[in-house]
Amino acid sequence: MAHKEIEIILARQLADCLAMPILLVDADGSLVFYNEPAEKIIGRRFEETGALSPEEWLKVFLITNGKGHVLEPEDRPLVRALTQRKPSQSTLWIRGGDQIDHRIRSTTLPLIGRGGRFLGAMAIFWEAGVE
Amino acid sequence: MKVSIWGTRGSLPSPGKETARYGGNTSCVQVDNSDGTVLVLDAGTGIRALGAALPRTLRRANILLTHLHMDHIQGLGFFAPLYDPKAEVHIWGPLSASFDLRSRLMRYLSPPLFPVPFGELPCQLFLHEAPCGRMQIGQFEVVAAFVCHPGATVGYRIQCGRRALAYLPDHEPALGRASLRLTPEWTSGCVIAEGADLLIHDAQYTEEEYAHRVGWGHSASAHAFEFAKLAHVEHLMPFHHDPTHDDAALDQLMSAAIERAKPMFRVTPAQEGVVLDLN
Repeated sequence: MAHKEIEIILARQLADCLAMPILLVDADGSLVFYNEPAEKIIGRRFEETGALSPEEWLKVFLITNGKGHVLEPEDRPLVRALTQRKPSQSTLWIRGGDQIDHRIRSTTLPLIGRGGRFLGAMAIFWEAGVE
Repeated sequence: MKVSIWGTRGSLPSPGKETARYGGNTSCVQVDNSDGTVLVLDAGTGIRALGAALPRTLRRANILLTHLHMDHIQGLGFFAPLYDPKAEVHIWGPLSASFDLRSRLMRYLSPPLFPVPFGELPCQLFLHEAPCGRMQIGQFEVVAAFVCHPGATVGYRIQCGRRALAYLPDHEPALGRASLRLTPEWTSGCVIAEGADLLIHDAQYTEEEYAHRVGWGHSASAHAFEFAKLAHVEHLMPFHHDPTHDDAALDQLMSAAIERAKPMFRVTPAQEGVVLDLN
């Protein structure tokens, strides 16, 4: 496995210390880490899944717009942070392994290192209630 | 590849008879090889004596700065080749998000902190920002990577043939962790150190001292040993000694760290004047 950039290592350490659910995606789109609070929403433990390729993690949890419409991969906030390299905030619904729709507020941001190196993206969730 | 230690100390020069054996000069290491290429790792106060010992016929010196904290640049203005119009001096340093390397170095190398303005140095000066991919300097292949330390800081891996030196003088891979339980790919600095024949690594504190200095960017000696084990190095040189640790304290600290870690690799605590031939 390739060595991670220091910014990704530190982002994981930060996520590991925080109580907000956080997903961390590298520049290739792989979900390289999600913390314990995120495990509750996703319904899977990171220790079990390890890093997930883009194809894998897009299947692990569905995102809907609240009207039952499943967002296309390219419309997911994390994917947009990766492809457009822009931050965003949105309210959406996640259906993970527990088959429960979690209403969340999501902040996603691209991770750009010194020298303009694009490193990936991070999503921070605030759970806004279970529907 | 020959590695010569000219400065071992962290934070502040610590001259005196109590520190004479490990040395009182701040970080500076010379690396050279048979083709005459000279690399200087950091420009702490040890660089003055290093510069004075270089042959006057030397036409190119290469200085690799890990970061711009004072203990790593304090000797720069006293490096003899800077005043030789026939000499090329190349300086690499970490890129930052805001100012270029020249303007950051000029904060120190200009009045009122230093009498000679940077732009008036007689040598032919070339500045390079790192990381910048794989660099070839003579027969040395050099790679830099950002590591865990406050401010822009890189570590260097220097390869010559099949021999590799890893230089991480200021490094806190244990930040936020009770110990290094992660895999090498998730640990700061492992990309530089993995499998190195010699690792020169920060070992500034005792564990008790580290507990009060978390986030300052340095390692306890126990962390240096754990990191060396994780990175599968052949030989560890604990480095960047705390200015409050005299020779007797360092003897005790190193013996205790070796006794506790029982390392499978060689350990040579950094002392001024030590020369290692990695071949």
